[in-house]
Amino acid sequence: MIEVLAQIQFEKRTGAGCVAENGFCPSWIANNINKYWTPLLEHIYLTVVSLGLGFLIAFSLALLAHRRRWLTGPITGVTGALYTVPSVAAFLLLLPITGRGNLTAIVALVAYTLLILFRNITTGLRNVPADVVDAARGMGLTDGQILRQVELPLALPEILAGVRIALTTTVGLATLAFFAGGGGLGKQIYSESAGTGGLFFKSNVVVAGGLAVLLAAFGDLLILGGQRLALPWRRVTAT
Amino acid sequence: MPETTPDAASLEFRDVTKRYPGAEHPAVDDLSLEVAAGEICVLVGPSGCGKTTAMRMVNRLIDITEGDILVGEQSVRDRKPSELRREIGYAIQQTGLFPHHTVGDNIATVPKLLGWDKDRIRERVDELIELISLDPDEVRDRFPAQLSGGQRQRIGVARSLAADPRILLMDEPFGAIDPINRERLQNEFLRLQAKLSKTVVFVTHDIDEAIKMGDRIAVMRAPGKLAQYATPAEMLLNPANEFVEQFVGADRALKRLALQRVRDIDLWKVAHARVGDRVREVRTRIEDSDLELAMLLDDEGRPQHWLDERELQGETVEADSGPEATPVVELDDVLRDALGYLLSAETQFGPVVDDAGRMVGVLSMEVISHALHMPADQVRSSTDLIPEDEELLPGEDEAA
Amino acid sequence: MSLLILAQATGGGSLGCGNPPQRPIFIDAFDFVVKQRESVSGGVCIGGPKEILDLAATHLLISFIAVAIAVLISVPLGLYLGHKGKGEFMAISASNVGRAVPSLALLAFFVAFVGVGYVNVILVLTLLAIPPILTNAYVGVQQVDRDLVGAARGMGLTESQIIRQVELPLAMPTVFAGLRTSAVAVVATATIAPLANVQSLGTPIITPQTYGLAGQIGAALVVALITLVIDAGLGRAQRLSTPKGLTINERGAKRRRFAFLTPRTES
Repeated sequence: MIEVLAQIQFEKRTGAGCVAENGFCPSWIANNINKYWTPLLEHIYLTVVSLGLGFLIAFSLALLAHRRRWLTGPITGVTGALYTVPSVAAFLLLLPITGRGNLTAIVALVAYTLLILFRNITTGLRNVPADVVDAARGMGLTDGQILRQVELPLALPEILAGVRIALTTTVGLATLAFFAGGGGLGKQIYSESAGTGGLFFKSNVVVAGGLAVLLAAFGDLLILGGQRLALPWRRVTAT
Repeated sequence: MPETTPDAASLEFRDVTKRYPGAEHPAVDDLSLEVAAGEICVLVGPSGCGKTTAMRMVNRLIDITEGDILVGEQSVRDRKPSELRREIGYAIQQTGLFPHHTVGDNIATVPKLLGWDKDRIRERVDELIELISLDPDEVRDRFPAQLSGGQRQRIGVARSLAADPRILLMDEPFGAIDPINRERLQNEFLRLQAKLSKTVVFVTHDIDEAIKMGDRIAVMRAPGKLAQYATPAEMLLNPANEFVEQFVGADRALKRLALQRVRDIDLWKVAHARVGDRVREVRTRIEDSDLELAMLLDDEGRPQHWLDERELQGETVEADSGPEATPVVELDDVLRDALGYLLSAETQFGPVVDDAGRMVGVLSMEVISHALHMPADQVRSSTDLIPEDEELLPGEDEAA
Repeated sequence: MSLLILAQATGGGSLGCGNPPQRPIFIDAFDFVVKQRESVSGGVCIGGPKEILDLAATHLLISFIAVAIAVLISVPLGLYLGHKGKGEFMAISASNVGRAVPSLALLAFFVAFVGVGYVNVILVLTLLAIPPILTNAYVGVQQVDRDLVGAARGMGLTESQIIRQVELPLAMPTVFAGLRTSAVAVVATATIAPLANVQSLGTPIITPQTYGLAGQIGAALVVALITLVIDAGLGRAQRLSTPKGLTINERGAKRRRFAFLTPRTES
């Protein structure tokens, strides 16, 4: 069946001999690059929205677990199970509930970020040196002040590390969002109907796959850069 | 100090007990003691004796189960914990400095909480950095990770003093420092205390530190019981029980010698002699003195040689003869050191000189042993023991 | 409301494998797993325990082979690098790079440039499985207290004895955590193996024109169940692999843990 699809695919294509021979075709890429912008934007949209919502939820859960330690286990268990269910399966299992489209994609992607973010935020909060918190309390900072002025700033490196992991993971998983009827670069990689030649066309795979990798790498570097700026005290060493 | 300095507050533990649910014994058991305003009270004892728990109840980091603690006559139970804590300085062994704040911001923590204006905070920060013998322009904008261990400890102490607290709580503040620098920091703090006169609760497990730092020492023993509360001298002379005696150590007599200076005790009188003096006169002077020897002095009155029977022949005293006048002890030496000099010179006595090196008397084993029996109330307090001229060497604690 | 979507009645019935009645989709999906039916387009029987088990067997076989190869490569390499303290950049960035390359893109790349078939799919899955195991083996050895290694050396253990008797046992929980991450990722990715012409539990998912929504969701349910079981199983193995001295606390009591809750130590 796949072979049949491949043949149809070849007939559909237009262009130079390079394309007919399924080569890597710079001129085809130059001519067709416009077909990738919308999926790229969709991909960015899926990633940013999912990561943002995931962070809000994970952050709230982490603060809750920070005050009520016993909640850490159950929350890790539930988010861990969500994380374990393969994304493709999750997209499909959500379909009857949330329908085809971005909503399903976002719900599933958010579910994936929760474990990573929750774990890193709680680890970050837990790793704040006990003497620093003790001193803060001893000087008369209230619990809220300790959280805002001491614990969160000191947990920030760990939190941002979690955001980086969640970001690259989400970019990767969002390529599968087309299973839920969501957009994104995955549709370009896979589908005939995207008009870019599908899975077997080398030029398409390189461009669409490459854009996904670049998006992950760019987002990662962006957060890394922000982290450097936000944490001057991490760069100093003892004299 | 700026005009804001509130008077140091007195502190009283009134039948204070701390019980943890499920624990067999209370962590602190019916503790009562009073600390006068401006005094250093050291809580000392083996680990698990409840000393830190007792201290942490003062600023309500730990809740009191029974009894009460009064700060300046007012119960801490009536205070909102965060407000109470802002009035009480807090310095701990691991420093607890905020690694993400600069030294200046660290020191400014409590003033900011109290809503001081910016100029006042900046002024106060610089004042405190100077107070702990560091250069404000050099360290103000550094992060704690850029400082040595000793500097961090000092910043921790400066931070605890920032809002002029009425009481200072210090939990092994010099515990993580090597012995040489610990001594420097102790001296520095005592000098600071001589200026500030804060009421201090100082927790340590080191009896030598307790003796050195404390105006009064509370020895505690597990589980949470007060074994003795007394001045260092009193405790060394009359340990209240076997536990205190053992905790203080077999060398408590020696420790006590560290509380006294040569200046504070009655020395032996000795006959003086100068080149050209008549021998017969010198012999007469010897009879009026405590020693069978005379000391040959130079023109400035500095000790040169001992003169004994063999040297005191002929008409007049001559130069360049007799046993050397060693070891020379100074008035500011503590008795323990002076005893050490005598022992290592294998002699029973040695000349004592003043700041200018002039002979003032003789210190002997007998004099020292007499000092051991001096009543506790005649032994001076620790704060007076710190040499004023001790300089902090640059980079002195880089090894930390 | 959409939960009430009813499965479409399919035509035909001449094959004798029957047509499912109309009912809520999740029940229909369950029925697909346990009972044969005629395909959406007609002409073949689909679903039922036999087909599901066949697909699951292939699915698990390719996953197992890929993970096994990955373990054989990355555990020794990670242990060696960690022991020597070399190649930190490689060992750590392996998992970063691994995460940044979407599995679909990697599979598509192989399909377009190398071709379809079992070998290529297993190769893709192996490449996905290596980074977490490699990184965790490296980190696991690195986080063993260097004083402990020094003490072992001081007692006269050879380098290989140190690796086998000290570093490996102490790194075991971390290595297992990596294995767990990899195994779950590989089983998940094997779902898209049909794109490379290898039939797995992804086949019903990727060809709805034959299997219908019930087939898609039924297969998704099975895949989800399998990964949860594997994750829990490896979580248990992870705990069992932890040396006893590390799991008992001061009072000598074992820490209470659920398989579900075992932390995944992944960097």
